[in-house]
Amino acid sequence: MIKKRFVLSFPPQSGDKPLSYHLVKEYDIRINILKAEVYPGKRGSLLLELHGKVVNIEKGIDYLEKHHVSCEPLDKKITHQAEKCIHCGNCTAVCFAGALTMDDSWELNFDKAKCVVCELCVTACPLKLFNIDFN
Amino acid sequence: MEYKKTYDQINEKLKNGEAIVLTAEEVSKLAEEASPEEIVKQVDVVTTATFGAMCSSGAILNVGHADPPIRMEKIRLNGVPCYEGLAAVDAYIGATACDPDNPEYGGAHVIQDLLEGKEIELEAWAKGTDCYPRKHIKTTININSINEFTLFNPRNAYQNYNVAVNTTKKMVHTYMGTLLSNLRNATYSTSGELSPLLNDPEFRTIGIGTRIFLGGAQGFVVWPGTQFNTTKPKNEHGIPVGNAATVAVMGNLKEMSPEYIQAAYYEQYGVSLFVGIGIPIPVLDADIAKRVSIKNSQIETAVLDYGIVGAPKIGQVNYEQLQSGFIKVKGKKIRTAPVASL
Repeated sequence: MIKKRFVLSFPPQSGDKPLSYHLVKEYDIRINILKAEVYPGKRGSLLLELHGKVVNIEKGIDYLEKHHVSCEPLDKKITHQAEKCIHCGNCTAVCFAGALTMDDSWELNFDKAKCVVCELCVTACPLKLFNIDFN
Repeated sequence: MEYKKTYDQINEKLKNGEAIVLTAEEVSKLAEEASPEEIVKQVDVVTTATFGAMCSSGAILNVGHADPPIRMEKIRLNGVPCYEGLAAVDAYIGATACDPDNPEYGGAHVIQDLLEGKEIELEAWAKGTDCYPRKHIKTTININSINEFTLFNPRNAYQNYNVAVNTTKKMVHTYMGTLLSNLRNATYSTSGELSPLLNDPEFRTIGIGTRIFLGGAQGFVVWPGTQFNTTKPKNEHGIPVGNAATVAVMGNLKEMSPEYIQAAYYEQYGVSLFVGIGIPIPVLDADIAKRVSIKNSQIETAVLDYGIVGAPKIGQVNYEQLQSGFIKVKGKKIRTAPVASL
């Protein structure tokens, strides 16, 4: 069993199908919706945590992609220019999900697996080093 | 008889490579076993440091004369306004200065860009005089083309600073970072037992002319900083609770490194400049040994509510608690985060 977060992008024609229902019923995946933005008739974005067997998650993602929903692992959608980071801690102040923390030597540690795409770090970073592509 | 050392003795040891230099953290650890009388014999210099956003910073520039010359009466550097009331080609660019139409790029960014060797657009206007006939100039400058580039920060290295929280239902954006609603985070900016002016709270060794580490080069304390205040209440360890003393510092930006000078932009607040400052403290006697041994648990500061105008005090905590990741205020456990590099 693994747990992994994906950003799903729905084109307009896929918005009316209960795709997540099929992930549960047919692929035995536990889903957790962490963030959703739906613009009916236009597009939708979903941050989904998938918890299940590796093979089932792979099949589930194939199923989604057949229905024209793109699935990108969350860590590919977030960039942090770590080489420019000065470890000031401002981003950790707003990260209630616990993805951004200071380690024992007061350097920034970013555990993308815990990110819930609240995007508060994007504005909190005084050097503007975060970029999150959710839409 | 009390064991004492002089500056000359310590300098001699430094010259011979025999001096024992510890960081403020190391000496605090040593003090768990050693008395101040023992520390003064064992340690010669203690280093302290801070790397935080210090808004009251800026740079003096002399850009050199054009031909024909201009007496610059309005100056923009990459669109950022700077102070022009200094002779013909002197200027002072404040870290927080910006063009209101482009609030995310300010004086701090101009300083950083120059430091990184980038070309900066200089535009200036004047009425034209007999000796300075030119009325307008638009050119580029860089760190090598300008005559002087001097960091002059009127208020840096606060001795102690308050903790920021927000009790209201609305998130607030401040120079202490983004404060979540309902006391969901707390931010602090002082480096605790590492902070320079907390290791010499009576300023026995830090004063006008003190040589310091500034932005990666040698700099100097040149004056008490603005808002210098020694009347703040002190705790039993002689530490002012809350913001108290400050220093004004100067140094040659041409020798500094972008690693220790970093422009910053705070959402809905504005531009600031991270400045790296280190101050060495000579361990002259047992009193100084005791002062530099100060521990995070002995340094307290006030918790202020930045959600309310006037920022009322709602608690008091120490830096051991702050650095543990949580503090307790009004019976509530609040997650803490630094907003200055440690």
